Amino acid sequence: MSSASISETALPADWRDLLALTKPRVMSLVVFTALCGLLVAPVMPPLALGLTAILCIAIGAGACGALNQWYEADIDSRMRRTANRPLPGGRMDRAAALQFGVGLAVFSVLLMGLATNWLAGVLLAVSILFYVLIYTVWLKPRTAQNIVIGGAAGAFPPLIGWVAATGEMAVLPWLLFAIIFLWTPPHFWALSLFVRSDYANAGIPMLPVVAGVQTTRRQVFLYSMPMAAAAIAPWPLGLTGSLYGIAASLLSLIFVALTLPVLANRATEPKAMAPEKRLFGFSVFYLFALFTALVADRWLA
Amino acid sequence: MTEPEIEVLRRRQRERARIMALLLGAFVVLLFFITIAKIGLNW
Repeated sequence: MSSASISETALPADWRDLLALTKPRVMSLVVFTALCGLLVAPVMPPLALGLTAILCIAIGAGACGALNQWYEADIDSRMRRTANRPLPGGRMDRAAALQFGVGLAVFSVLLMGLATNWLAGVLLAVSILFYVLIYTVWLKPRTAQNIVIGGAAGAFPPLIGWVAATGEMAVLPWLLFAIIFLWTPPHFWALSLFVRSDYANAGIPMLPVVAGVQTTRRQVFLYSMPMAAAAIAPWPLGLTGSLYGIAASLLSLIFVALTLPVLANRATEPKAMAPEKRLFGFSVFYLFALFTALVADRWLA
Repeated sequence: MTEPEIEVLRRRQRERARIMALLLGAFVVLLFFITIAKIGLNW
């Protein structure tokens, strides 16, 4: 670039890059689980307030994505999967990403508190702070247990959705929290098995990097058990009907069954990790299907 | 700044201004409906 020209980061960021900073694909799962938490609540808020609650959760998730990318810009530049994000791609100023993330976070919490209730606002603030400070800053670069504890951040949305509708906590939303919390390790570890080299290059101590692929495969299998138990639990506890119970049992059975080929696989090259890729793909479908069944059970009952 | 860079700068400013206007408009509409819903709840 000539001396007369200016760098890309000196220009105002393209709105598409600001949108990419919010990780819209991750946001879709967050919005969906939050919506389900709200829809299964015993009290239905007015449409405008329900939509506002979901919007706030989506904006809060976007803030998490932006702050995560702001903090991990250097790490992202070392991973093939993330090297072209707006910050490592050199298309945006880091300060702009920080201001954007903080702005979204503050806006989402204030709007949630004012439009629904302050318990929901506080929970949203806690989930954002947990994701950014506990997971991104503290756990992720330090321990292989990062996503086990950090998974709690992604488990908040259905709880917040429920609290936004009712103003109080209950057993079912905490079970929904537990399902996502216990689903996160097998979901992420399945992914980290076949993108292991990316994490290793970036110096992130993901379990396959630190403890090896076989230990990770064992952990994926082991974690699928309490996950399945938490998924089925609302049925015997009388919190849902048989529609959800049967769907949760079948889906969990398939999930656990798909961990068996992962457990048996001895491959170390991503190309030979078809079982891991299959499990990862199914794990996304599993959560969508499970929460859809929950809402269907509540509304058809 | 070169001519093409000024053009990029202006284009991005225009696009961001349009999006900001749309978002602010949507926010005003949202606040209106939140107020109506809150009045309905005797807030």
